[in-house]
Amino acid sequence: METRSLVSIDDLTTAEILKILKLAAAFEKNPVQDILRGKVVATLFFEPSTRTRLSFESAVNKLGGKIIGFTDSSTSSVTKGETLNDTIRTVNNYVDLIVMRHPIEGSARYASEISTVPVVNAGDGANQHPTQTLLDLYSIMKTQGKLENLNICMVGDLKYGRTVHSLMMAMSRWNTSFNFVAPDELKMPDEYKFYLDNLGLKYRETTDLNSVIDKADIVYMTRVQKERFSDPMEYEKVKNAYVLHDYMLADTKPGMRILHPLPRVNEINPDVDSNEKAYYFEQALNGVFTRQAIICTLLGIK
Amino acid sequence: MTDPKQLLVSAIESGTVIDHIPAVTLFKVIKILGLDKIKNQITFGTNLESKTDGRKAIIKIAGKFFQDDDINRIALVAPQAKLNIIKDYKVVEKRVVEVPDEVSAIAKCMNPKCITNFEKVTTRFKVVSKKPVALKCHYCEKITDQERLEII
Repeated sequence: METRSLVSIDDLTTAEILKILKLAAAFEKNPVQDILRGKVVATLFFEPSTRTRLSFESAVNKLGGKIIGFTDSSTSSVTKGETLNDTIRTVNNYVDLIVMRHPIEGSARYASEISTVPVVNAGDGANQHPTQTLLDLYSIMKTQGKLENLNICMVGDLKYGRTVHSLMMAMSRWNTSFNFVAPDELKMPDEYKFYLDNLGLKYRETTDLNSVIDKADIVYMTRVQKERFSDPMEYEKVKNAYVLHDYMLADTKPGMRILHPLPRVNEINPDVDSNEKAYYFEQALNGVFTRQAIICTLLGIK
Repeated sequence: MTDPKQLLVSAIESGTVIDHIPAVTLFKVIKILGLDKIKNQITFGTNLESKTDGRKAIIKIAGKFFQDDDINRIALVAPQAKLNIIKDYKVVEKRVVEVPDEVSAIAKCMNPKCITNFEKVTTRFKVVSKKPVALKCHYCEKITDQERLEII
């Protein structure tokens, strides 16, 4: 690929995305290999994200690589006032690849321009989180056998949810029909709807999940994040707006699968977990294979 | 006397006249073009009456000719600006400014959480709309629109 770093899903061509998904499938068949022996990967987590970090570390460890890094900027020299520029210029001497999570938007692009080794963006504030998008795509591909012409129902916080925006933009490459289910306060922002309009893709907005769920191939649930609301009353009003229960799945398509980027709070009732349509924990496992594929692609190993 | 109209800013023999600059952005134009750092003779007038633009400003720079890329940098703050290229006291060429496709090191990203507002990073934008101006940050990917446009 042209750029050796992965900052935004838009950096990848459709062919590159498909190649990564294919490679992820190969890692799923054979996840323990010794192909990263002698390689060192840095996980620089300037803000904590246990799930994402563990997924990356598992991916590297299973391939025989070593991990160094920090899990919280309070334990790094950032607390001494070091700039991101200096941190990257130092760390890139020690490692073969940098995985970075940072609360400042655009920090990953900036790091990728400074670094002498590939940078994988593991989330830069509310901006991008491309490895999540790729693992979502892998999960969709795996459960549906294809990416083309699917009906995707996105539910919950569609206003602030970074993962739904990235996934929507990525899936728009494959003639997807979207249903956006959100309370009025958390509707899909206009700029994303314009994006679909420009591509001539169909979408429907509704506040009623039951009216669209039976047509869906994928139901993508999201958490309504308390920290997004300045008014706690507003949060209380919408926090339980969309809770998925097992009884709601009775008439859904047999092949439909429920995805969630996790962590879940109460938007999916635990009685859904035992339904075969619940796929969110397998989705998390897919994250390991997808990240193995991303790391090996960027290092030019596969 | 051939011209009864008195010039408020004296004519130059050779160089560039930038006319129809909004009076409020005159000093931004000076800064963007780096006119505060060059040795050429420069005269300017501001708060001049204009039939079309309200209060305008004009800059005359002796012995200076601009490349398109340089002059287009002022399009963000003076989109109506017109250039007269002067040789031997005569206008030999007229030019208008055009908003470029990319702007670098001129505008500030309006996103307070953008890396360019935290570290010494040269700002870079893709121009996603020229009229009204809308800039997409190369780093945080957020849009800075005309209303919130701030020149560094």
